[in-house]
Amino acid sequence: MNIQLFLQNLANGVSLGSVYALIAIGYTLIYGILRLINFAHGDIFMLATYFAFYGISLLFLPWYVSFTLTVIAIALVGFLIDRIAYKPLRNAPRISALITAIAVSLFLENFAIVVFGGRPKPFPVLPELNKMSLIGGIRIQNLTFVIPIVAILSLLLLIWILFKTKIGMAMRALSRDIDTTKLMGVDADKIIGFTFALGSGLAAIGGIMYAMKYPSIYPLMGIMVGLKAFIAAVIGGIGNVLGAALGGFFLGVMEIMIVALFPSLSGFRDVFTFSIFIIFLIVKPTGIMGESMEEKV
Amino acid sequence: MRKFLSIVLAIVVFSTLVFSAGTIKIGVDFPMTGVVAAFGQMSWDGLKLAHEMYPTVLGKQIELVLMDNKSDKTEAANVASRLIEKEHVKAIIGCICSSNTLAAGPIAERAHVPMVSSASTNPLVTQGKKYVFRVCFTDPFQGKAAALFAYKQLGVKKVAVILEVSQDYSIGLANFFKKTFKKLGGKITGTYFYVTGDVDFTAQLNAALATHPDALYVPGYYPEISLMARQARQMGFKGYILCGDGAEAPELIKIGGKAVEGLYYTTHFDPKMAASEMTDKFVKAYTEKYHKNTDALGALAFDAYLLLRDAIQRAGSDDPQKIRDALENTKGFKGATGIITIHHGDPTKSAVIKKVENGKFVYAGFVNP
Repeated sequence: MNIQLFLQNLANGVSLGSVYALIAIGYTLIYGILRLINFAHGDIFMLATYFAFYGISLLFLPWYVSFTLTVIAIALVGFLIDRIAYKPLRNAPRISALITAIAVSLFLENFAIVVFGGRPKPFPVLPELNKMSLIGGIRIQNLTFVIPIVAILSLLLLIWILFKTKIGMAMRALSRDIDTTKLMGVDADKIIGFTFALGSGLAAIGGIMYAMKYPSIYPLMGIMVGLKAFIAAVIGGIGNVLGAALGGFFLGVMEIMIVALFPSLSGFRDVFTFSIFIIFLIVKPTGIMGESMEEKV
Repeated sequence: MRKFLSIVLAIVVFSTLVFSAGTIKIGVDFPMTGVVAAFGQMSWDGLKLAHEMYPTVLGKQIELVLMDNKSDKTEAANVASRLIEKEHVKAIIGCICSSNTLAAGPIAERAHVPMVSSASTNPLVTQGKKYVFRVCFTDPFQGKAAALFAYKQLGVKKVAVILEVSQDYSIGLANFFKKTFKKLGGKITGTYFYVTGDVDFTAQLNAALATHPDALYVPGYYPEISLMARQARQMGFKGYILCGDGAEAPELIKIGGKAVEGLYYTTHFDPKMAASEMTDKFVKAYTEKYHKNTDALGALAFDAYLLLRDAIQRAGSDDPQKIRDALENTKGFKGATGIITIHHGDPTKSAVIKKVENGKFVYAGFVNP
């Protein structure tokens, strides 16, 4: 592989990785606060792509209006899912909440099949972002620059919320100990609902970016992406937002590079992804950023 | 009043008995959701039309029992079991993808229920089986047709092949294409792989395009082909993209957009073929009912139904064993996609070459076996 091919692959990897990063951040955020692996996260991501699609194709909204409304609507959906599915189980064993998360995931998938239909839909691509730029002999889609920037901005916004605002302080406190935080006069349910809204909003941003990059949307698209984002979150150290972002970038670059280095194994890309996941769980279960278990969120 | 009610009740009970005794159940094992949902739905359109046009056989009503196999191998086998054990169907139509028919076929075989696949082209689907049939051509011929067309008509000399590793259809078709293409004197510059559900093919394309092929041969299904074509064009690939019958679905053009312009694929049917008098009948009825252009999968499912109905007619009974024997002895059956004579479960038919032009599938020629 010559240097030009390597850089081309690297650019593609970073662009794929930043999508994983965006979704992994939301995953890890909810885990960090609630210790709940929200398996429905990938399906919320799927729902976002359909909302944005219908906003543009059915309501004829300009893309920026449709995308903004989608993020808000999906945040609301996340909030509602917490209220309906998870809140009644707040004091139940953690396994009950996990099973509920799987149920919510299955519900959303089948709901989407019934309402949106099983056939893939073409997501509208913005012509400006679809253009190719030629830089030093490497062809890069303009969108490839946009996605990492959006991912980093979202990450910075999230870190600001977590560490500079009062609600962020409450979220961090909840992640340590819910009962004690309640005693301090924090409305735990409100904060948890906000966390879900925030995480789902991030999934929506990720979904829109993903759908613009791979403009084919279908009801089961969230399953694999959700799993990959989960792996990214674990690799980065689950519960740690910066780690999730790093894990996402790492996973994206790795997936592209594996295929680039071993073209004959390119049909088994997911085998490598899941192998790395298992190796991480054995060797460093706390992930890249998870130095100590106390440092969650 | 009570007397009146009991008479009404008696009539209802009697009529349901008569109707249930007077129907022949045929199971349908199609992918209505999942990755290749378009295939299932396109086929179902053709099947419904055939059922509407010819709803009876031997004086009995034919009842279609549709079950969704979710484009999944395990589900396809489950559906076959359910159709046979719970619904007691006399025959099954399905599946579409070869891998799914390969999973469901052995179940029909064991239960001695005949199964007619409309579009599974992999040779293994019917090999060594007494109860599995199909109405489409097989991949050794399809691969050969594609290679001949690429080498002789398009003048392509170097081809990179990108195939799906978990679909028997894709692996088989790629091998048969390569065999003929090399025999003709062409060069295969490399073989690359992906799996269903992949969305990013840039790494494979990067490696493939570095070998400077004249054409890419992608014997996969439309969801991946449309995204791959987009990425190949974005990466500056200017050569031909060639595919098999798995490319034909409206989604290919909707998702692929400009990137799939000029894409060639081998398939089973075009109204221009005028394979038999049934072709015109089918095209007319289809466009009247659905107000859209016909497609290969709809035409094949249409034929699968008619072939099965014809076999039941010839068998003179709805006994699965007799239907199977009649299917095996099909000779010169006039279907919409061609004249079908079954030999070891397979017919021999011509392949149509089609092309994407101005956002439409257009006829580009045919190859005879």
